[in-house]
Amino acid sequence: MSLDLHTTAPPGGGGDPARPARATHRRPASFTKLDLKFSPYLYVLPFFVIFAVFSAYPIVYTVWIALTDRSPLNATISFVGLDNFVELLTDDPQFWNAVVNTFGIFLLSTVPQLMLALVLANALNRKLRAQTFFRMAIAMPIITSTAVVALIFSMIYAKEFGLANWLLDLVGMDPIDWRANRFASWFAISTMVDWRWVGYNALIYLAAMQSISKDMYEAAALDGASRRRQFWSITIPQLRPTIIFTLIVSTIGGLQLFTEPLMFTSGAGALSGGSEGQFQTITMYLLDVMNTRFRWGYAGAVALVLFLLIALVSLVNYLLARRISSDK
Amino acid sequence: MTTTTLRPPARPAGRPPRDAHKADRIWKATPLTWVGLVFGVILSLFPFYWMIVIASRTNDAANSWPPPFLPGGKLGENIQRVLENGDANIVKGLMNSFLVSGTITVATVFFGSLAGFAFAKLRFRGKNAMLLIILASMMVPIQLGVLPLYILMAKLEWLNTMPSVTVPFLIGGFGIFMMRQYAEQAVPNELIEAARVDGCSTWRVYWHVVVPALRPAAAVLGLLTFMEQWNQFFWPFVVLADPANPTVQISLRSLNTAYFADNSQIFAGTLVATLPLFVVFVLFGRQIIGGIMEGAVKS
Repeated sequence: MSLDLHTTAPPGGGGDPARPARATHRRPASFTKLDLKFSPYLYVLPFFVIFAVFSAYPIVYTVWIALTDRSPLNATISFVGLDNFVELLTDDPQFWNAVVNTFGIFLLSTVPQLMLALVLANALNRKLRAQTFFRMAIAMPIITSTAVVALIFSMIYAKEFGLANWLLDLVGMDPIDWRANRFASWFAISTMVDWRWVGYNALIYLAAMQSISKDMYEAAALDGASRRRQFWSITIPQLRPTIIFTLIVSTIGGLQLFTEPLMFTSGAGALSGGSEGQFQTITMYLLDVMNTRFRWGYAGAVALVLFLLIALVSLVNYLLARRISSDK
Repeated sequence: MTTTTLRPPARPAGRPPRDAHKADRIWKATPLTWVGLVFGVILSLFPFYWMIVIASRTNDAANSWPPPFLPGGKLGENIQRVLENGDANIVKGLMNSFLVSGTITVATVFFGSLAGFAFAKLRFRGKNAMLLIILASMMVPIQLGVLPLYILMAKLEWLNTMPSVTVPFLIGGFGIFMMRQYAEQAVPNELIEAARVDGCSTWRVYWHVVVPALRPAAAVLGLLTFMEQWNQFFWPFVVLADPANPTVQISLRSLNTAYFADNSQIFAGTLVATLPLFVVFVLFGRQIIGGIMEGAVKS
């Protein structure tokens, strides 16, 4: 700005229409007009270029591929209509196995995750010393990558010498082969997800709790409502939009689950998610179809169905959460 | 934080009525609250501690019964071993990750603030439709287009190179929304109009009025973007199949696929891969937490 002052034409000189486009303070009207009209588009253009090339085009192309038998192994591509979808939905037990696994792990991780986050947030919302310390400590897991989380917990759940089995041993229980058993593997993977995300969600709930008016609680307390009652009758209903938000974010993330189950096994065949596919998720199956079976057309169908499932579950979550909290 | 300690100043001096005491008491932390919080903190921090324990022991000691709970003296040795591991190429991975995450962070802050400014303060046709497209784009998982995107990368000859994990992520919907929210309240319209009257072009308004006002939010966006990109796994796993040119997360994957599981070396690897973000978190943790909480209230 200060530079301008020096380049500005002296008073009286700048308005001369015979010398256009020199002083920054008096631009020709045409430039200003162009600037006002096109600058906004220019500013949003980078997003739309990236979006068009790397999101929109691939999505449209996925729909097309899903209707073909395209494969890098085939010399020709033929149009097969809805065959891929028919096979996927009616004649592919492995896909349905992956759907069951994904939903199982999703439920097993999301429900405790959001409930624990609510409890933690409620505790953080009290008058406390060392607020900042508690918040930092609880948020810290988000700095780890999903790969790091998976590696650390893989060792915690090791069959031999694992920390989890050591704890079981302490209370006199038999060790568990965490990878071999379906439910045990789901549980182990869920704890990985929850360790990373509980603190993050707690902070989001805490922020929402702090924006609830204190007067409501004081009035309730004067009416003799217990803490528990206040939590269920004030906090939860007031948090409704936030709960819906975290539910949808967890749904989008949870149904895409990939890194944790992949890294739960070492070795090259990890995409198959355990010896019997007991923890293979839909995304793992997608890459399995794409990169080890090279059925690209079919992979397109898997991707589309995965997306539809996510959209559907998000919608159900939304309706459910709205219903539940408006009943209260 | 301030809201919990703030009290209405108008409360009459002297002994407050009994009922007010009762109302005030609901904000006190009970012993149960403390137990819960301390338990939560231990659960949050223990895996970090355990990372150090295993990374500082020999592999034999790491695989012993009962499991070790105190750090050993082999940390330097294990870190050296993992840095020199020829299959994981973790040094290359670290450099690539810095390059990729850094580039995306700069681009996201720049393009995000430009577009956020346009959506918050400029008038143009199709604005709402565009905002809707951006919002929708945030809901679409990358899996949906993964196959064509992979084919596209192969055609561009970007497979196993860093542009494949950089260019598609240069600007996303989140950055634009965050900047738009902030610009709406942090940049006064009068200031923009004054600058316009002075003859500022739109670009100069952005550079001299909007950028200074957006600085705090831009810092938070930069931090969150860097962390997210540093931890990216799925897409790099698809396009960076060649272990010679990995990002750091893909290096960790290579460590994990080794035939012989050398846990103390793997844990040294996780330590090295997390260290940059740990430093970021120690320096800017307050801002990061503030960013997460702000975003929550507004969305």
